[in-house]
Amino acid sequence: MTPSILASLTDDRPGALARLRAPAPAGLAERVLVEVGLHDQFAAIESPIGRLWVAWNGRGVAAVEAAPSAEAFAARHAARTGRPAGPGALPDALRLAIERRLAGDRRARVPLDLRGHTEFEQAVWLKALEIPRGEVRPYGWVAAEIGRPKAVRAVGTALGHNPVPLIVPCHRVVRTDGTIGQYSLGGPENKRTILAAEGLDPGALEAAARRGERLVGSATTRIVCWPTCRTGRRMLAKHRRPFRSLADALASGYRPCKVCRPTALALAA
Amino acid sequence: MDDTELARRLAHDLDGSFEALVRGHLDRCYAIALRMLGDPREAEEVAQDALVRAYRALERYEPDRIQALQVRGWLATIVANLSRNRLRGRRIEPKPLEPLVETGREPAAGPGTDPHALAARRTEQDRLARAVLALPERYRLPVVLRHVDELSYAELVEVLGRPEGTIKAQVHRGLAMLRTALSAAELEERIA
Repeated sequence: MTPSILASLTDDRPGALARLRAPAPAGLAERVLVEVGLHDQFAAIESPIGRLWVAWNGRGVAAVEAAPSAEAFAARHAARTGRPAGPGALPDALRLAIERRLAGDRRARVPLDLRGHTEFEQAVWLKALEIPRGEVRPYGWVAAEIGRPKAVRAVGTALGHNPVPLIVPCHRVVRTDGTIGQYSLGGPENKRTILAAEGLDPGALEAAARRGERLVGSATTRIVCWPTCRTGRRMLAKHRRPFRSLADALASGYRPCKVCRPTALALAA
Repeated sequence: MDDTELARRLAHDLDGSFEALVRGHLDRCYAIALRMLGDPREAEEVAQDALVRAYRALERYEPDRIQALQVRGWLATIVANLSRNRLRGRRIEPKPLEPLVETGREPAAGPGTDPHALAARRTEQDRLARAVLALPERYRLPVVLRHVDELSYAELVEVLGRPEGTIKAQVHRGLAMLRTALSAAELEERIA
């Protein structure tokens, strides 16, 4: 140790150990900004409709989108959220939670960053999260469940603005007339593909709706369900009774299923 | 941008100005943690944790409270507390005699390195860092805050919550211990 260093170790002024300052490792500032949700990271994931981009930060998943390239996605994401997004590795816990949720495990908690969206939109998306894999509900059901039975069109708009499709399964919400309806993630064909990958037959659903079968009841239990309700699907074909509306079912002495909660739907929707 | 201006901007637009706080203070936070803990990976975790906690606290504070913040001392307090928690969580104090390889400054020892070659590569900087780590915590923290981070005694009173006279005495004692330790180390080396 040189004498000059020993001599400098005095309290005459602050900074006697200034040589022990050290710059923070590269990338640490960025990690802080991602963790608090001021910057986002993104990575590609595979889905039934091909490669998708996922953006996230410390608050949760902020976007799921189809884009032709990483650059195109980053530019669109920044324009939409005001946050720069850089490529990153999806944290293992988050990747696992997303995979489990896409595989239908509703207990897998995927944190979401839905800042900047209205309470109404968030209520619609949270309700869509309750629809199990392999089932669908009409827009009117979502509207009724969130206490806004007349806001059917607004529900459709909110689902179209869903920033995290697949994770929030807006594809499981279909038109009140029973047709599959629009889809924000690349159009109605993608919606059919995803529903089929979840074990539904979109063509058969639409055919049943065209025959006027909006609800099905069980002649043994006298319970009426949405056609894709998992309890309703267990009934034997010989006990299956189709209904055009909840009013018809109630008039026939059936009661609504407590699991899928069929609602009366506004005819205009 | 000075800290008064930074505090004013944080009070008015937290999300728009927090990045300036990170860019301006991250190196300090890292250096304090590194010199308290000795382990670059732990120091990195503490610095990140400190700034994330700072953001979450600022989210809850009223603008008046943010505007009145002494940013330097406030961040140092968070880093100091997190570093102390880490030290308490350890079963044993850091091992000051282990070679402290400064990231990017010295190549790590390979499996075939003998102790003499390793000793020869130890820089003065490393010896100084190891001597600081060997200080008892009640001297190390004031010494690091005052002489690595250059806080004033007024700021140290805020950060440590002790009277100025006590802190001055601890800094003096800490520096004296450093001089003694470094002289002894040098003597040993000459004899060897």
